[in-house]
Amino acid sequence: MANAIKVRSKLDGDVALVRLLISHPMETGLRKDTEGQLVPAHFIELLTITYGERTVLSAQWGPAVSRNPYLAFRFKGAKKGEKIRIGWVDNMGESATEEATLE
Amino acid sequence: MKGRRAFLKLLSLMAAAGLVPGIAKAEKWNSAAFSAKSVDEVVKLLGGSAPQQSDQVILNGPEIAENGAVVPLEISSTLPGAESIAILIEKNPNTLAANFVIPPGTLPDIQTRVKMNETCNVFALVKSDGKFFYAVKEIKVTLGGCGG
Repeated sequence: MANAIKVRSKLDGDVALVRLLISHPMETGLRKDTEGQLVPAHFIELLTITYGERTVLSAQWGPAVSRNPYLAFRFKGAKKGEKIRIGWVDNMGESATEEATLE
Repeated sequence: MKGRRAFLKLLSLMAAAGLVPGIAKAEKWNSAAFSAKSVDEVVKLLGGSAPQQSDQVILNGPEIAENGAVVPLEISSTLPGAESIAILIEKNPNTLAANFVIPPGTLPDIQTRVKMNETCNVFALVKSDGKFFYAVKEIKVTLGGCGG
C-alpha cells in the first residue's frame, strides 16, 4: 500500500524506543526523470506522533530527508499495550496516519 | 485519478482544520527557514542568533557517505531542557533538512537519514533554554543525492 507507515517499538522500563519507516518518494524537485523532465517536489512537511493526548514528537521536514524516511526516537512514561499515533502531511496536501500498539 | 485528487484535497483541508486525528492543527511549515541558503540564515529564521558550538550536542554520522541520497545521522544532546533539534547541511540547495520539536518527556536523541548533494559540513542545532547550540561534522560524499 502506498503511504504506509511501518512502526516498531520496544519498551525499556517506561522508555519507549519508536522506529518508523514511512513510504514516501521525498522528491526534491531537482531530479530529472528518464525523459529529462524535472520531477516535481513531493515531500513530507509535517510529522506528528502522539501518545494519548500527549505529542511525543513533531517535526518539520524539507526534501533533504531521504526517500522512504526513517526515524527513531525515545520517550518516557510509556506503557505496554498503549497506542501511539503517527500522522504526516506533505507539500501536495496528501496525508496518512497510522496507529501502533507499544510492545 | 481526479476523484483521488479531490479526496486528497479534502483530506488536506480537513488536516488543516484539525479534523484528521494525529495531525497537529495550526502548525505551519516554516517555508522561509526551509528556503534559506546558509546556516546563519536558518538559525535566524528559527528564532535564534549566534549559536555556540557545544560538546553537549553530539552528532554521529559516517566519515564518508558513499550514497549521498541516504546518509544516516544520529543527534543527541545532554543540554538540560533541549526543545528542538535541527539538521543543517551547508552545501545542499537549501540548508535546513529537518527540524524536530522535542517535548518534555521525549529524549533529545533522534536518528534519521538525509540527502547530501556534496561533501560539506553538517550541523546539528539544538535549542535549549532559548539559546542555540551546535555540533558540526564534515561528511564526505562520494555520489551526490539531491539531483541525479
